[in-house]
Amino acid sequence: MPVAEIAGRRVWQRRDAREKLGLWLVWLVCVSIAVVCWQYISNQTIWMFVLDAPEQAFDMASRMSNPRWAYLEVIAKPLWDTINIATLGTLLGVAIATPVAFLAAHNTTPSRAFVRPVALAVIVASRSINSLIWALLLVLMLGPGLLAGIIAIGLRSIGFIGKLLYEAIEEIDERQVEAIRATGAGSAQRLAFGVAPQIMPAFAGISVYRWDINIREATILGLVGAGGIGIQLQASVNSLAWNQVSVIFLAILATVVVSEWVSARVRHAII
Amino acid sequence: MTADALAGRRRWRKPPFIASPYWRYGLYAAAVGYLFLAVADVDLNWSRMVAGLDRGGAFIGGFLAPDFVTRWNDISRGLLESLTMTVVSTIIGVLISIPVALGAARNLAPTPVYYLCRGIITISRAFQEVIIAIVFVAMFGFGPFAGVVTLAFATIGFMAKLLAEDIEDVSRDQVEAVRATGSSWLQMLNYSIQPQVAARFVGLSLYRLDINFRESAVIGIVGAGGIGATLNTAVARYEYDSAAAILMTIIGIVLIVEYSSGAIRRRFL
Repeated sequence: MPVAEIAGRRVWQRRDAREKLGLWLVWLVCVSIAVVCWQYISNQTIWMFVLDAPEQAFDMASRMSNPRWAYLEVIAKPLWDTINIATLGTLLGVAIATPVAFLAAHNTTPSRAFVRPVALAVIVASRSINSLIWALLLVLMLGPGLLAGIIAIGLRSIGFIGKLLYEAIEEIDERQVEAIRATGAGSAQRLAFGVAPQIMPAFAGISVYRWDINIREATILGLVGAGGIGIQLQASVNSLAWNQVSVIFLAILATVVVSEWVSARVRHAII
Repeated sequence: MTADALAGRRRWRKPPFIASPYWRYGLYAAAVGYLFLAVADVDLNWSRMVAGLDRGGAFIGGFLAPDFVTRWNDISRGLLESLTMTVVSTIIGVLISIPVALGAARNLAPTPVYYLCRGIITISRAFQEVIIAIVFVAMFGFGPFAGVVTLAFATIGFMAKLLAEDIEDVSRDQVEAVRATGSSWLQMLNYSIQPQVAARFVGLSLYRLDINFRESAVIGIVGAGGIGATLNTAVARYEYDSAAAILMTIIGIVLIVEYSSGAIRRRFL
């Protein structure tokens, strides 16, 4: 316990001198980085535009505050598309991620030296590219439309589902697998009767959770042409029709809240 | 069952995942019906896809021979912008998220403050970063400042939610003990709450830094600065070799940030 002598009195202190110095150095480095970065951003910014932001915000808010409800009819179909992109994309992601997760978990992988690192690399690669970038590339190859969006969401979901699922597989109770093995089961039967029942709740929970995230992601894919409500959003913003934008925002908010509620209910029921 | 009994043996069956048969078959039917509708919704344009094969090939070719040189000035500027945006927005977002998290912790805050802070968190989390970026670009004009505000705003919801959950989980004993020495509210925070959540706080901040870099790579597509703008330009100009170089740079930096934040987290936790 570090105790310092201050004016003849012994006073308890949280840290000793060396710890204080170290902490101070860490703070110095962090603050210097922050200042340099802020300076860079500040140089890149036209402060004139920022200064009149309150005016712009007020203007935007006043235009948004009388939503054009008739626009709901136009966005009903794109909203349905958005939900389909999220759902089919999640299914695609689950279909690819499940075998990848089994190959990546150290207790089910066929080879720890070769297959496991490859599966882990697939998971990391999928996580490091945003779904909007995937969509940008896929629209280029497949043309604009739902299909590019579905594949983009699917590819992006592999990393998330794969990572959580292989962690769940690694945490299973090995004794149950052992028991199945003792009945003379083959490796496929061991997976089906020993491993699968143990990870089923985690699997369902992860899939629904990712579906919930994907609804959010699917709302923007239209910005690069991959279908869904983002196309309408882009068109409305470009034509400065803020009373349509507010309808779109409210529709997205409602969809996200409903999907979050559904996902929370399902996870609650399973786990 | 009778057939099994006649054959003189009973077979074990795996119990179904959903016990009630009504729910089971009802859900199966609903799922099949939905899938049918959803797949019918996807319009396939085969001729366009065949035409896209060339571009796909060209793009893969670009990955095999990425061109870092031609657009290096744009790439390095975009990258510098993304990195500085990431740092500044994470710091601002984390600083604002601390009071919001304190307000959103049920064991610290009075009820009205609790609901106010939970409301802030919900709004921040409901919209995708790119949508928030569109609004802020309209407000602040093009450039990295709009990106910083966007990422900071998104950081608040993420950090405050997770930190508040952590504060709600702290041990009451330590709070009690510090309070028993006659401490003020701030001293109670500093000596009983903060030591318990500090490690997780550092971990979450680093994780958010990681997320903010990934997001800073895309919000440029709607004009909020960073490498996304460079990538969008390269793709729009069909410069696949430059686009491949940008993507490889993004992946490389994401990996570096992820591994270094992992290493720092292991030291602290």
